[in-house]
Amino acid sequence: MAQTETEIVQGIGSDYEVKYGFNVPEDYFFKSGRGLSHELVDAISSHKDEPDWMRKFRHRSLEYFLARPLPTWGGGQTLQEIDFDNIYYYIRPTETQAESWEDLPADIRDTWDKLGIPEAEKKYLAGVGAQYESEVVYHKLQESLTAQGVLFLDTDTALREHEDVFKQYFGTIIPQNDNKFAALNSAVWSGGSFIYVPPGVHIELPLQAYFRINAENMGQFERTLIIVDEDAYVHYVEGCTAPIYSSDSLHSAVVEIVVKKGGRCRYTTIQNWSNNVYNLVTKRAVAEAGATMEWVDGNLGSKLTMKYPAIWLMGEAAHGEVLSIAFAGKGQHQDAGGKCVHVGKNTTSVITSKSISKNGGRAGYRGLLEVAKGATRSKSKVVCDALILDEESRSDTYPYIRIDENDVDIGHEATVSKIGEEQLFYLQSRGLSEAEASAMIVSGFVEPITKELPLEYAVEMNRLIQLQMEGSVG
Amino acid sequence: MATLELKNLHVALEDGTPIVNGVDLTVSSGEVHAIMGPNGSGKSTLAYAIAGHPAYQVTGGQIVLDGVDITEAGADERAQGGLFLAFQYPHAIPGVTVTNFLRQALNAVRKARNGGVDDPMPVPEFRKLFLAKMDDLKVSRELASRYLNDGFSGGEKKRVEILQMAMLRPRIAVLDETDSGLDIDALKVVAEGVQQLVGPEMGALVITHYNRILKYIKPDFVHVFVDGKIVEQGGAELAEKLEVSGYEEWEKEGVTA
Repeated sequence: MAQTETEIVQGIGSDYEVKYGFNVPEDYFFKSGRGLSHELVDAISSHKDEPDWMRKFRHRSLEYFLARPLPTWGGGQTLQEIDFDNIYYYIRPTETQAESWEDLPADIRDTWDKLGIPEAEKKYLAGVGAQYESEVVYHKLQESLTAQGVLFLDTDTALREHEDVFKQYFGTIIPQNDNKFAALNSAVWSGGSFIYVPPGVHIELPLQAYFRINAENMGQFERTLIIVDEDAYVHYVEGCTAPIYSSDSLHSAVVEIVVKKGGRCRYTTIQNWSNNVYNLVTKRAVAEAGATMEWVDGNLGSKLTMKYPAIWLMGEAAHGEVLSIAFAGKGQHQDAGGKCVHVGKNTTSVITSKSISKNGGRAGYRGLLEVAKGATRSKSKVVCDALILDEESRSDTYPYIRIDENDVDIGHEATVSKIGEEQLFYLQSRGLSEAEASAMIVSGFVEPITKELPLEYAVEMNRLIQLQMEGSVG
Repeated sequence: MATLELKNLHVALEDGTPIVNGVDLTVSSGEVHAIMGPNGSGKSTLAYAIAGHPAYQVTGGQIVLDGVDITEAGADERAQGGLFLAFQYPHAIPGVTVTNFLRQALNAVRKARNGGVDDPMPVPEFRKLFLAKMDDLKVSRELASRYLNDGFSGGEKKRVEILQMAMLRPRIAVLDETDSGLDIDALKVVAEGVQQLVGPEMGALVITHYNRILKYIKPDFVHVFVDGKIVEQGGAELAEKLEVSGYEEWEKEGVTA
């Protein structure tokens, strides 16, 4: 017999609770007080034993953060409700980083086991970084890659051990005062991934980082910097989850990427924060001549996400792709999208966005396509499709287009659809429940994107969609 | 032994317009019943109502499957109980391959028949069965990895409907105008496929306008359906009579024709 709505809704909560939403006791090496201050910035910098230039960079960034107003677009009122004084900005769970899962404290190790990270590492990953609260507590790269000169480190270690190359790129793609949340991240950043792939090196298996928040009212501010040298290739995957709490947490990352001549970088995100996390992230890549940058951005969790992965196509014939999925359920607002800026000649880009909203959720596409004067024979295609599952839910499309060059080929398509009663009936008449039928239609809707993922992640994405859909039976 | 009983069934549209006006009919496994009627007589509405389409309201009477009243049951529960509707116009599900769809549907039905406990068919067994059925029904193997009904020709859609039926093994199958849009070769293949399934484990209710399909699926009973009612019943010979004289005789009597 069909479950009642209450049973199903309760089922969802407990399912996230069991799989991701649990929390473990805090037994931390260091936990800051709540709130943000110059003293806190000093404390973070001292903990990390940073060079003076970084300490100054942090203080200046804090000034920028404090001086900037909150954006009035995107998250609207929800964004205005962030209580910055109630957040813990820095938690260092362990004194040292582990190279073996066994060396982690039991509670933290159990968390990773439950999330299946050590198992995934064995099966299909070339390297893993695992960030818990503010610090990367476990990090490992296959030795064969280390031997080829690949660097895959947490960003703090990269600053300590490779300061020259770090300093050359850090903050150059996303300036510290780029926007309010990039300024915040620049002030209190901790953890994240640093990747350098030497010329011609192809890393066949993905590198993965997993970001876990455990404490209530946590603020997580990882900083990621990826440099793909000439004709090299890397696929980096990030995942994230958090416990369910009744009060809010904040996640604000900055990700900077440089893809040099002929190189290719694919960056895949499966964002599955609990519904009390603000997710306000700045991601930007620069692609040199003949380089390819691809963002595959799946947003399923969080209370509010504002994230528009960007690609600056600087060199001739550079190619950029943004594949974005945004799924908003009850109490969620996904303001997602992508940006492509054409500067080099013969550059090409494709933005494909699929947004789904249900149970009063709000999902949208906000994107920018810009072609600078001189970027002749550039080509771009933007496709954004929205699927709305019920009457209470909402979808918005904000496609900004700025073209300063005549010799270009630009296409834009947008569709909005609802799940048809006839499609549902057809599938139900084959024995699928309403939830299974809806999930199948939604999986089909996002298939153009999930088919781009490695099998394990495609399965994961479909499973998460299934989980999201279980609440849509009314 | 399966039995579908329609007891004085009345069906209306959501706005209250009555379409089916009191149908009594019993279909048992091993039997082929044909419902023949002119356009607009309510044949498809009857098919949808049996399958549990939410837009059609049962305003009187009962639908009973194997002694269980399913009048209020959802379409999924009916399918799990052994009902199948081959659609006149099957819907496209972009992004979902025929294989994935059928595997999930089959496993949903198996789960229900296993008391709600997952009982998925092992993948190698599924593959073997699926390929065999595709070959039986002369469905091109290339269709297996295409999106369900997305860009299919009319003939491909109908074959895939019967393929679904062959995979899901219903106890009572309702075929709604399965002959429409099929050329004679396709019709033969589809009809043979249905004929093979009719037996101790399945009965069929074939809804059609024309006699054409009944040359290949021999009906045991023919019911003439006009204005939402069965107006005459007989054996296979009745279908042949209709082929010659049409429905005029009964339509004249109808009030709303």
